[in-house]
Amino acid sequence: MDWRLIFDTALTQGFGPQAIVVALAAIGLNVQFGYAGLLNFGQVAFLAVGAYSIAMGVDTFGLNFWLCVFLALLSAVVLALLLGFPTLRLRTDYLAIVTIAAGEIIRLVLRAGSYRGTTGGAAGIQNFADDFFEINPFPRGSNGIGFVDYSSSDLWVMTVGWGLVAASCLMIFLLIRSPWGRVVKAIREDEDAVRSLGKNVYLYKMQALILGGVIGAVGGMIFAIDRQSIVPDSLGTQRTFFAYTALILGGSGRVGGPVVGAIVFTFLTAFTDTTLRELVENNILDKIPLLPSDLLVANEVGIAVQILVGLGLMALMIFRPQGIFGDKREVAISARR
Amino acid sequence: MLLLALLFATIGVLAGGPNASAEAAAPSGTSEGGEGVRGTFIDKKGTRAPGDDVPLVDVEVVITTTAGDEVVSGTTDEEGIIELELPSPGEYIATVQLDTLPEGVGLAEGAEVRPFSVDPNDTFRLNIQFGQRERETSTKLDQLPQLVFKGVQFGLIIAICAVGLSIINGTTGLVNFSHGEHVTWGAVAAWFLNVDHGIHLVIAAPLAILIGAATGALTDMILWRRLRNRGVSLLAMMIVSIGLSLAARNVLQVVFGETTKAFRDFNIQIGHDYGPITAVPKDFWLIGIAILALVGVASTLQYTRIGKATRAIADNPDLAASSGIDVNRVVLFVWAAGGGLAALGGILFAVGERVQFDTGFKLLLLMFAGITLGGLGTAYGALVGSFVVGMLIQTSALIIPTELKNVGALVVLILVLLVRPQGILGRAERIG
Repeated sequence: MDWRLIFDTALTQGFGPQAIVVALAAIGLNVQFGYAGLLNFGQVAFLAVGAYSIAMGVDTFGLNFWLCVFLALLSAVVLALLLGFPTLRLRTDYLAIVTIAAGEIIRLVLRAGSYRGTTGGAAGIQNFADDFFEINPFPRGSNGIGFVDYSSSDLWVMTVGWGLVAASCLMIFLLIRSPWGRVVKAIREDEDAVRSLGKNVYLYKMQALILGGVIGAVGGMIFAIDRQSIVPDSLGTQRTFFAYTALILGGSGRVGGPVVGAIVFTFLTAFTDTTLRELVENNILDKIPLLPSDLLVANEVGIAVQILVGLGLMALMIFRPQGIFGDKREVAISARR
Repeated sequence: MLLLALLFATIGVLAGGPNASAEAAAPSGTSEGGEGVRGTFIDKKGTRAPGDDVPLVDVEVVITTTAGDEVVSGTTDEEGIIELELPSPGEYIATVQLDTLPEGVGLAEGAEVRPFSVDPNDTFRLNIQFGQRERETSTKLDQLPQLVFKGVQFGLIIAICAVGLSIINGTTGLVNFSHGEHVTWGAVAAWFLNVDHGIHLVIAAPLAILIGAATGALTDMILWRRLRNRGVSLLAMMIVSIGLSLAARNVLQVVFGETTKAFRDFNIQIGHDYGPITAVPKDFWLIGIAILALVGVASTLQYTRIGKATRAIADNPDLAASSGIDVNRVVLFVWAAGGGLAALGGILFAVGERVQFDTGFKLLLLMFAGITLGGLGTAYGALVGSFVVGMLIQTSALIIPTELKNVGALVVLILVLLVRPQGILGRAERIG
């Protein structure tokens, strides 16, 4: 067992670009679910819109990279309007159903062979973010800080990414302290009461959905830019629920909750993944009596981690819905809704 | 002498068996294996019968990075097997060189390019379907009767899967996102009984339905009842169901594997022409069994005591409880029935098509479209809505590419919510 390797990998990933993607997706969900009580089960749709707006804009249509960033934000607004318009007047389970379907549908359309010329089909699109890396101020080669070690392009993505995370957090902090934030939180607690005060609940919910979606789309952009590659099958529904797990782990309804949650979540999954791989590689599981010999093989490690995430999400929701440092009153959602 | 030869042959077979399997396991072996990609290219000749399969020899495959740089390439051997080593884990794209395919062997458009990712010390199984069954394309309108027939079958199957989901929603308020896994579980349980234990499907299917019903009841007893009693909000319970779905789907993937599998019985049947449609005998059996099951559900709800109690709870749980109905007992019954029906739906789907670890999850989307169309929480609405959705999906193949037919279901879902949010048979609530 190479514990050094395990900790290095987990730490590196815990603060790396993948954690940023989870963090931004979870911050978006925090606005929607944590503050407004909206159950968006299709955050991955917004990630897809962000990622593919850049990829398709640059690669297929030959647009300027920075124009595509703007178009990505605009597309996220349009998607939120499309999803919210029919559902936000209804109970929140309708939104959940429509969004989870939308996430899958967008993936299916993107991977369809019929539109391969535009979307790249199942092979996706590669090499579209050169403009982004051209202005990378970090010198080439790897840059180590203590245990962790990042390439210069990773560092550049991380600088921009964590900057965006900080900016979104600051924005949400200010918004939630404003009258707007108080109305949104009141909608989460009792929609009818807010309506009886003469507020346009529908409009506030729509704004929360749009804001959360746009932040999710920013996460999608980082996701695509980091690897300079986007493949539709990397946008499966589970990505939404990784973000939910991170959000609830950190504490929903708290500004810093999703950020802490994303770091801890990414650290834990990378830690578990590497540990399991080490266990399998060194045949340690075989030495433990009573365990079946083929309990875990190398190519099942990823699946095993997903099982643990699923069980973790259940356990969190049942035993500690407020997460690590959430406030229990903030997540107390009224009983029969 | 002959005896000796026989003895040697036996030893050879005995020794050959483990050796062969060891070889097959080697690429996915852990320590020194490294990363690789492996595939067997076989021309299926447009049938499912293994007898006429022909391995494709000397077909070239080029592996590139996602950036397009060539990593490695190679050709298939006499058995159509190709094995390539990869330098490191990561994402790659495999491209089958179409000009190296034998005369008359083709691929679906776009199928020659396959992106994949390899985990450390893992071998990716490159699974490309050659010469799959294709239907001769006639004029579009000629296909209509056939598509309607398929639509009836598919709609009934979705209805059976969805009715449990809808009644559970009606009685407990929960939208159960793990219902798809109940569907898969039914089909997988039947598959294990049928293929692994050699029990004929006619017996294996009812057993699997019982297993499904027991699983449904158990999840209620172990999980959902406790959450209800603790006063956990429905929003939280939906997220719990999502976690359960994620965990269960991946467990099924480990247990059942990634490939799609068919039952041993009723697998290959010969089609006959019945007027404008072509059908195999099992198509009619599936429709018959599905109708029978749905009539059973409807009469249970309409005429039995527990069915009436179910409808009463769906209408108003508090009123039902105060008029002496044991809500927990009825909900347990509903979960058992829902689990059993989901299992039946999964088995019927797997008989018609095949089963994979995420079959149920894919169907879940269509079930949602169906029950929303019919009216969330109503039993009869779920039947009508799912039937319409199944029919729409199949007939939409006339207009849109087949691979996108499920997309139509979402469009319907959104349109319904815009025009008539309570669904066809739902009752309008005070909204917004």
